[in-house]
Amino acid sequence: MSILLHGALILVLCPLVVGLLGRTKALWTGRRGPPLLQLVFDLHRLLRKRAVFSDVTTFVFRLSPYLVLASALTAVAVVPVLGVRAPAAFPLDFVWFAYVAGLGRMALMLGALDTGSSFEGMGASREATFGALLEPALFAVMGAMCLKTGVSSFGSALLLEARGGGGIVWGASIVALFIGVQVESARMPVDDPTTHLELTMVHEVMILDHSGPELAALQAAAALKLTVALGLVATLLNPLVGRAPTSVVVSANVAMTGLLAVFLGTVESLVARLKLRVVPQYIVVAFAAASAALLATTLRGSAP
Amino acid sequence: MIQAQRFERIPERTVDDWRGRVEGALRARVHLLSLFGRRDGDEVLVTALLQRDDGAVEVERARVAALGYASLTPQFPALHIFERELHEQTGLSIHGHPWCRPVRFEGAARGSHDRHPFHVVAGKEVHEVAVGPIHAGVIEPGAFRFMCLGETVHHLEICLGYQHRGVEALLLRRDVRSLGPLVESVAGDTSVGHAWAYSAAIEALTGQPASPNESLRRAILLEFERVGMHLATLAGVAADVGFLQGAATFGRLRTTVINTIQRLCGSRFGRGAIRPGSTRATLDGFAGTGPTTGLSLPEVHANLTLVERDLQTVEDLFTSARTVRHRLEGVGSVSPALAEAIGLVGPVARAAAAHRDLRVRGPAAYDPPVGLATRSEGDCWGRTLVRLDELQHSLTWLRSAFERAPHWTTSRVSIGALTPSALVVALVEGLRGEIVHALETDGDGRLVHYKVQDPSLRNWLGLALAVRDNEISDFPICNKTFDLSYCGNDL
Repeated sequence: MSILLHGALILVLCPLVVGLLGRTKALWTGRRGPPLLQLVFDLHRLLRKRAVFSDVTTFVFRLSPYLVLASALTAVAVVPVLGVRAPAAFPLDFVWFAYVAGLGRMALMLGALDTGSSFEGMGASREATFGALLEPALFAVMGAMCLKTGVSSFGSALLLEARGGGGIVWGASIVALFIGVQVESARMPVDDPTTHLELTMVHEVMILDHSGPELAALQAAAALKLTVALGLVATLLNPLVGRAPTSVVVSANVAMTGLLAVFLGTVESLVARLKLRVVPQYIVVAFAAASAALLATTLRGSAP
Repeated sequence: MIQAQRFERIPERTVDDWRGRVEGALRARVHLLSLFGRRDGDEVLVTALLQRDDGAVEVERARVAALGYASLTPQFPALHIFERELHEQTGLSIHGHPWCRPVRFEGAARGSHDRHPFHVVAGKEVHEVAVGPIHAGVIEPGAFRFMCLGETVHHLEICLGYQHRGVEALLLRRDVRSLGPLVESVAGDTSVGHAWAYSAAIEALTGQPASPNESLRRAILLEFERVGMHLATLAGVAADVGFLQGAATFGRLRTTVINTIQRLCGSRFGRGAIRPGSTRATLDGFAGTGPTTGLSLPEVHANLTLVERDLQTVEDLFTSARTVRHRLEGVGSVSPALAEAIGLVGPVARAAAAHRDLRVRGPAAYDPPVGLATRSEGDCWGRTLVRLDELQHSLTWLRSAFERAPHWTTSRVSIGALTPSALVVALVEGLRGEIVHALETDGDGRLVHYKVQDPSLRNWLGLALAVRDNEISDFPICNKTFDLSYCGNDL
């Protein structure tokens, strides 16, 4: 599948995932909800606005949103979001991915610290804690999948089911990755994307001072991260991967990504947010699941 | 239904005598309603209002020279805010007050909030977070400074007074019979509570107490106000813990309730409904002097049924959600002993095992009776449950009050001259606790002092102490479950 088509599909999928999530939450609370393409309207509005920069900020603050967006875009290139081989897959691409994502995270945190606001400092500190806890979980999951399939790249996710990984490795990986989605895209119960309370925010507080095109870049990056992460989980869940023509697999994967967005929205509507002190424990659940997956690869002999 | 007590010929005691009597009463755990003063020449008349267990109010007054007196706060912390206010309003020296900081930046200090003497905490791990005075949610202004160790709050200092409008001075400048609109804006969401206290005080001063029918109708308005505002608070709590269904439904029910108030009296916040000598709230079928409201008794019952039914559903969802419980339990605790020591009032105190509710016991007790809501947890969970219980009690009471079939005709008694040289104390259990209005006249029957006290004044310290050693990210839910009024404090 051509790189262009792959990229275009994900870009189209992006606002739909965010829109579906918003709609789901609205329906659970008895409202009609925003249009499915609200993200597009928001970005369009923000791009026409002028950014306002505080006097105390430096170029770090201005640069950070674009670094965050760039890191999110590169992730699109290597993760098999659509259930087929990603256009830029290469051996050990997940290591590259983890640190490009880390670069984006660092840019976001530096931008927040650059404002000198105590709120944003707290947000950055929380983000650093959560990020540090999540990284080992990602590596453990990838390690498990690579051991099981013998392919040391993200592509292993495509082969996991075919190589007999339908058991513990598969299930535990999905659990770990789903919690990863919640942490990485700042969803409930880890972070509350709708809150207005700066003292409790994690992701939202770090983008509080950004405006105009810079805010648009950050929102686009957040939507991309969410779509890519949900797409990866969909790939693992998709029973057709590797067993049907490309177009069928891709359609099924897109549909499953949408369903996952609905599921995420439902979870978000039915639970309250965790205490901030407990969030690290929740992330450790992801690591525990990932470790279980890794251990399970030793049970019945891994593939060569 | 309402307590408005009139005092004439109040003895003026010497400072030592007065101090001894107040100390004795407080030792015997008599409830202190208020402590305030007014300048009289070079001296200051300091008045303490105490409420005995049977509900009767006692007045202890002293004539104090500008030299001042030795503070009672070190022994009785509940007095701290009153003595600070006394010092600020009258210039009286309060010797040995441990924490004599500005309450509202009165007089020469007015507007100098940026020079508030915040405590300073030093150390490698310490960081300070300044919140406000402009609130992100564009609510009322107040400056909060957190001294934190990492994510844990070591101390919170609250600096209020940004909305100080000089209410007490304004009240003396206008005709005493037409203060209604001013009194209703002391704290906008407690319009009915303050208007009732004011009207009852004036009626007691002129010797024209309201009829039981009229008091019942006023109480109905007050309970609607309580239900509406408790629902708003609960919607806020649900939103702050991220429980969407609660946030949406509690908020929707509040609209039903305040729309009912609007159709009863023309204002969603009950403004203009209660005035000295009259209660302008009416139902269809009682062709009084007012225009038709389009609201009939069956419609009131239908609205109550809707609220009760949907409240039951969402309350079950809210209280049975383990994540909600986990988020609120054990957070922002105020022990019963601490609550009593610092003199908390209202639902906040009742969430910490207090049994004080003017509507339940004493001269202002409701007829038909209303249930008492009290919990012993003292944390955010307790405060939330007390509000939910009070909602149920108020809704049940509203049913039985409507069954008493009060006569909804707008009547009007013209208000006569005020009794000279008298002090009237009016008490109303508002949605945040006891509202105290104390009015005093001089020898010519002119008003010389109008003391307004919103329950928030005493409860703000409770919030500051509740968040100690809690996570800073839990401050918003502590703040929301206390749900105090900024303008009620700032006057």
